[in-house]
Amino acid sequence: MENLSKEMFVIKGKNIEKMETISRPSLSFWQDAWRRFRKNKAAFAGMCILLAYILLAIFAPMLSKYGFSTMDATNQHAAPSLEHWFGTDATGRDQWVRTWMGARVSLSIGLFAATINMCVGAVIGGLCGYYGGKLDMIMMRIVDILYGIPSLIITILVMLVLGKGVAPLIVAMCVVGWIGTCRFVRGEVYRLKEQDFVMAAKVLGVSDFVIIIKHIIPNIVGMLVTNLCLAIPGAIFQEAFLSYIGLGIAPPRCSWGILAKEGIAYLRVHPHEVAIPAAVICTTMLALNLLGDGLRDAVDPKLRGTE
Amino acid sequence: MTKYVIKRVIAAILTLWALVTIVFFLVRLMPGEPFTNPKLTPQVIENMTKYYGFDKPLIVQYFHYLGNLLHGDFGFSMKYTNKTVNYIIGQTFPFSADLGIRALCLAISFGLILGILAARKRGTKIDFFCVIVAIIGTSIPDFIMGALLQYFFGIKWGLLPVAQYKGIEYTILPATALAFYTLASVSRIMRASMLEVTTQDYIKTARSKGLTEARITVRHQIRNAIMPVMTILGPTVASVLTGTFVIESIFAIPGMGKYYVESVNNNDYSMILGMTLFYGIFLVTANLIVDILYGVADPRVRIGKR
Amino acid sequence: MAEDNKILELKNVVYSFKTYGGEVKAVRDVSFDLREGEVLGIVGESGCGKSVTAQCILRLNPEPPGFFEGGEILYKGEDILKMDNKAIRNIRGGEIGFVFQDPMTSLNPTMKVGKQIMEVFHGREGVFKQEAKEKAMEIMKLVGISDTEKRFNQYPHELSGGMKQRIMIAIALVSRPSVIICDEPTTSLDVTIEAQILELLLELKEKLGTSIIMITHDLGVIAKVCDRVVVMYGGKVVEKGTAREIYYETSHPYTSGLMHSIARLETARGDKLQPIEGTPPDLFSPPVGCPFAARCDYCMDVCNQYPPEEYKLSDEHMTRCWLQHENAPDTEFRRRKGEAK
Repeated sequence: MENLSKEMFVIKGKNIEKMETISRPSLSFWQDAWRRFRKNKAAFAGMCILLAYILLAIFAPMLSKYGFSTMDATNQHAAPSLEHWFGTDATGRDQWVRTWMGARVSLSIGLFAATINMCVGAVIGGLCGYYGGKLDMIMMRIVDILYGIPSLIITILVMLVLGKGVAPLIVAMCVVGWIGTCRFVRGEVYRLKEQDFVMAAKVLGVSDFVIIIKHIIPNIVGMLVTNLCLAIPGAIFQEAFLSYIGLGIAPPRCSWGILAKEGIAYLRVHPHEVAIPAAVICTTMLALNLLGDGLRDAVDPKLRGTE
Repeated sequence: MTKYVIKRVIAAILTLWALVTIVFFLVRLMPGEPFTNPKLTPQVIENMTKYYGFDKPLIVQYFHYLGNLLHGDFGFSMKYTNKTVNYIIGQTFPFSADLGIRALCLAISFGLILGILAARKRGTKIDFFCVIVAIIGTSIPDFIMGALLQYFFGIKWGLLPVAQYKGIEYTILPATALAFYTLASVSRIMRASMLEVTTQDYIKTARSKGLTEARITVRHQIRNAIMPVMTILGPTVASVLTGTFVIESIFAIPGMGKYYVESVNNNDYSMILGMTLFYGIFLVTANLIVDILYGVADPRVRIGKR
Repeated sequence: MAEDNKILELKNVVYSFKTYGGEVKAVRDVSFDLREGEVLGIVGESGCGKSVTAQCILRLNPEPPGFFEGGEILYKGEDILKMDNKAIRNIRGGEIGFVFQDPMTSLNPTMKVGKQIMEVFHGREGVFKQEAKEKAMEIMKLVGISDTEKRFNQYPHELSGGMKQRIMIAIALVSRPSVIICDEPTTSLDVTIEAQILELLLELKEKLGTSIIMITHDLGVIAKVCDRVVVMYGGKVVEKGTAREIYYETSHPYTSGLMHSIARLETARGDKLQPIEGTPPDLFSPPVGCPFAARCDYCMDVCNQYPPEEYKLSDEHMTRCWLQHENAPDTEFRRRKGEAK
């Protein structure tokens, strides 16, 4: 310490800029979310599997020489081969085509039912939460009562009234399916509108419409997308379940639930007939769950800026 | 606490009323066919007229129907003239209840254990294993789980009985198949909740008191972390119950679920309606019990402040 | 004061956290001591490492990611860092009590408050349940809770903030420890309640002869209750001394900045408060020299290149600032013995 010369002891004053330069680059919410989503390998893999299945569902039945309901009495219960990639079922129908025809039904039911539920729930919940008042109180009483009824019971009853089919299934799932989202969105909107940034916008005279578009929606859309992603497997589950107990799709149309049900009947002798639809259902569920979890982590504001 | 219970009971009664009313009007909306099917025997038609009171005005029908339910009469079968829904429930529900309770106990106990273990050993192989089990568990529908277990343990390796329900060894496969999904979701929620609680200030307070790790985990962490799990118990009971539909038909268990699926396939409408209504009432009641239990467990709910 | 009544002594403690972004050096070479029956204040702005330091003493920081890189923490001559879990548990609650910052979140919401106080005796030798309950009741009265029978069986959410903090103090004091560490005990309370709680702490100190470490960012609190003060900045002790020395013979620009940034009654209307501009250093990569250099009006070249040495100004008074160096220009801070001013 002997080498401290006098020149070093000249007062220079503070240098604020020097220490303010270390801040991180700023990212918008979606950039940040996307950056974190991409890093999540499991979620990314889930997305890839899902895209592959969607493409197969669209193109596989078109490109195959077999029809999904063409029976072949000479070739029943065939094992997977070059001729029939997934084998054939009890009436000699090609399982490859049936699996992807089933995918069309199952995936679209999952997507439509979940999306409709989300939209209806978000609109009703959002309006109730934002405007509050009497309407909100009455709606919430109704919603609370309906929420207590197991949704599957209602779905089954509606299916009894409407009969089997894809459209009745979607309708039946949507009769009470929106209630969960409605409660969630109402709660979120209610919480958000009390927050200071919304108050600030109100004080500045911003119209309700702009507040909803600019302040409320961006804050819940991430969670909504995540919920949607996690609701789709639920809907696919329900379709498979209903088809399994005989309330879903009417034959000869098929869905994954029906394929699994038909396969289970021959479990002892032809296990591949259940193994293939089971594998497809499970991987789809897995993909959607991973994707949903990944999205949830990606849009979670608490995790912003972390690695 | 009394206030809370009364509130929940009133809500449950309203829900039940909504449910039965919805069912009533849905029946009236049904396409004519199932009830005017020419194949029906005169005996069935007589039963039906008596039970539903189709010949009277709508409002009378409604109260007649409510009266039936209040007497605990869920209707009759269109297929088998000599059987009533109550008779079938009496015959089959004990099996379903037995299976359901076994599955619930299995799912909740193992789910909690896995969740706690994963959170305590965060970032280790044990944690990884628990997380994998949870993800796989929530990705396999119960009928597929049932088929898989039946194929491997019953048929291929012959370790356990394939079907029927005659003793403890018969219950293992169906109960496991039924429990797996719930087990996975319970463990997931418990893990997340445990991790959340670990960062709470009161855990630090507990440590500053010089308590042992074991006591902190049990009295402070688990006690608080279990709350979110309690909130999903209602839906869990429902999912286990509906799971019995398929599990019972796969394992040929003479329970209510198997009978339900048969009724669906036989187009036995009045039977389906009666049983659905019974399920609905059962679940609403189960939810009520769960709600009250939740109140007992969480003092904040009990007092009414949250 | 005599050297032998040191009850707690920190020697060159270095404590860091491992994070994804790298190592955060939260506490860098901190030394101070606490004597029997005194109130020691630790003051500094948010993120200066004062809470981490306090929690180090009871090893309450989550480990991992936190870990000790060096130093000693001597309690009655024994090194806490070398103790096994059992011995540390005895120290926690038994010998040293801890009052946390936020009473709202620091009590277990699902346990009756009485039980939470009694729990301190759990697993300790020679205290039976009945005795524990009596002691809990007694301490509740002592911290000014009336109607103890009723309060004993209430849950935290049924109590007000001030009442909760009293419970926290009761938890810290119930086993009559020789030291209590208060980590910003009044920050989240109303001003009127704050005064009550401080009064209570002083009163209890007199009654029970407890030594107190009072952590705060509020110099008002320090002036009111503390005998000696440690000023921390950027994980380091920048100045320490008796409260009088710190107030009237301020010898570090940071301490002076802290004092100028608080409003006082004497502050005339129109006079501006003088905030310390800028933010504390990033402890991921702490500056080589003095941590305060970048915000210091008196910053010199040497400050950016070398960490300042310790300058002993009196028996108690120590500062780490190059302005005390013999080559430094004369400023209001110069207090070296035998030199100008």
